[in-house]
Amino acid sequence: MEKRSRRRYYISFGVLLACLALLTFWNINSGSINLTVKEVFDILVHHSGEETAYNIVWEIRMPRILAAIILGGALSVSGFLLQTFFGNPIAGPFVLGISSGAKLVVALVMIYLLGRGYVAGSQVMILSAFVGSMISMGFILAISRQVKQMSMLVICGVMIGYICSAVTDFVVTFADDSNIVNLHNWSMGSFSGMSWDNIQVMTVVVFAALAITFLMSKPIGAYQLGEVYARNMGVNIRVFRIQLILLSSILSACVTAFAGPISFVGIAVPHLIKNALKTAKPILVIPACFLGGAVFCLFCDMIARTVFAPTELSISSVTAIFGAPVVIYAMFGKASGRAR
Amino acid sequence: MNDFYIYTDHMAVGYNGRPLIQDIQIRLRRGEILTLIGPNGAGKSTILKSITRQLSVLGGTVYLEKNRMQDLSDKEVSRKMSVVMTDRIQPELMTCEDVVAAGRYPYTGRLGILSEEDHRIVQESMEMVHACELRDCDFTQISDGQRQRILLAKAICQQPEIIVLDEPTSFLDIKHKLELLTILKKLVKEKKLAVIMSLHEIDLAQKISDAVICVHGDKIEKYGTPEEIFSDAYIRELYGMTKGSYNADFGCLELEAPKGRPAVFVIGGGGSGIPVYRRLARQGIPFAAGVLHENDVDYEVAKALASEVITEKAFEPIGEEAFRRAEDVIKDCREVICCLKEFGTGNKRNQELFERWKAREEQT
Repeated sequence: MEKRSRRRYYISFGVLLACLALLTFWNINSGSINLTVKEVFDILVHHSGEETAYNIVWEIRMPRILAAIILGGALSVSGFLLQTFFGNPIAGPFVLGISSGAKLVVALVMIYLLGRGYVAGSQVMILSAFVGSMISMGFILAISRQVKQMSMLVICGVMIGYICSAVTDFVVTFADDSNIVNLHNWSMGSFSGMSWDNIQVMTVVVFAALAITFLMSKPIGAYQLGEVYARNMGVNIRVFRIQLILLSSILSACVTAFAGPISFVGIAVPHLIKNALKTAKPILVIPACFLGGAVFCLFCDMIARTVFAPTELSISSVTAIFGAPVVIYAMFGKASGRAR
Repeated sequence: MNDFYIYTDHMAVGYNGRPLIQDIQIRLRRGEILTLIGPNGAGKSTILKSITRQLSVLGGTVYLEKNRMQDLSDKEVSRKMSVVMTDRIQPELMTCEDVVAAGRYPYTGRLGILSEEDHRIVQESMEMVHACELRDCDFTQISDGQRQRILLAKAICQQPEIIVLDEPTSFLDIKHKLELLTILKKLVKEKKLAVIMSLHEIDLAQKISDAVICVHGDKIEKYGTPEEIFSDAYIRELYGMTKGSYNADFGCLELEAPKGRPAVFVIGGGGSGIPVYRRLARQGIPFAAGVLHENDVDYEVAKALASEVITEKAFEPIGEEAFRRAEDVIKDCREVICCLKEFGTGNKRNQELFERWKAREEQT
């Protein structure tokens, strides 16, 4: 058994890494300008090549690919943390309305700043997204205290999400600025228009949060057995719960700040990963979730920008198409598992 | 101070700052089992949750191995005390081995990776509860009995000095109840553990416990050895039983006796009467039993089920007075059932009783 599961882990991680490499390369190579493999290689490694192609690869495609990798990974780890926290396989930043809360506050801050002639920087965006996440999270926590039923919690989360989205649409529609187009794109969810400056900030924030999350694998594992047993094993439940909330909020806030709300990744990817690994051990699931989220978002982003090129789809529509069936399957699996 | 492993000094417990039970004085040495009994909702779980720090203690002090509990960190307590509670857990994709291995938590490093030694202890703990064959099973797919054993293995794996269990035998069938308690007993003996638990099965509590605490109303009503506590009358009172009865010597429950004047007279003795008493009680026919010696096993059951029992002193032959009383009762009965095939010198007159009734029946 030990050997067999170990082999399963190696294969799963191997496949994820291979997919990641393949999709990265594919993404660099696909788009409005077609490049040969040699050209891409030259541009990436030797920093040489034709001017336009060079710029497209380095200034447009690479940042976009890195954003999809980092943010996709962050989103799915955030989903895993929320699922652990609520003991609910269909909890995630999107369905609980946390992404939408972040979106609302970011939109408000951006419009306010634009109205005064400023452009919001990365840090301001992350900060406002974090504030928005925490507000939604506060609501969800208050509700979870009242209702013990998990499906009710998800429904409340979806409602909060709708309210926040409606208000966002409202303010975006009436905002008076030439940047409105950008804002609109962002509020639908997209990895486009990332700058290297954005990438730097998100790398620092996401990887710091991930490192802390990974170091918390042990108490997260204990918490999977329920609060009572986690406490008995020496976990300081109060501190632990706060850490979990903060980490998942930072991760999902970072995603929302840069790419807008992205649906279903946070539920679908952890579910697929756990089933592939056949374990829920955090020490394996956390890194695998990151890789899985990166692969999933790269794949979806590629579809979003190539299928109807030059028109781009919103990333959320694509992730929903691939993610929602997985979520339904996850709910179904849970329901039939209970009945047994 | 003393050699008690766990010791509470006027502990008060309850919810939301409102004390429910006060003045709790628990004293328990290692190698002993302390059992909490009492009616549903009396607060047994509240006491256990307070000892295990899931609820904060509202008054008094709890000492663990002479340290005040509030001075110990969660981590220190986790190496001394493990719990098996009633909360249903549904861990996702965890094998039984994973659950047991979680007990190593207080001993593993930052990332919780198990060493060879840890693996050995996990293995040993599973052997102890006879659950090795469950190792690779999904924890959510096993039966209640197996689940309790795995949770006990997890508790053992934590290498505690005391285990606290909340109703560990509820939902188990009799085989698994006995199995679980046997394992517990063995643990206490071999590893010199202290055990505090709550049980609903008072008959088992009486047999396994070194000391028993009776939780009733807002206080600890009694605290002592099973011999001091278990009496028919007290158990009736503790649980507020209004129907039926409990026999403390045999640990058996009897349903309420049929009411009314006896319609049948049962001649029994030496255990022969019990099935007949039970059948009559089941059919709701009031009956009288006799003539029974006070040390007869039938007497214990007849006492609970018969509307009238005619007795003779132990070790004495049936005397004139008992005989006459039996005859009086038989006169009003429509039937006499004799469960005995042979009679000895002690109960010779039961035979006479039966034959006289038969003779009268034939006449009419």
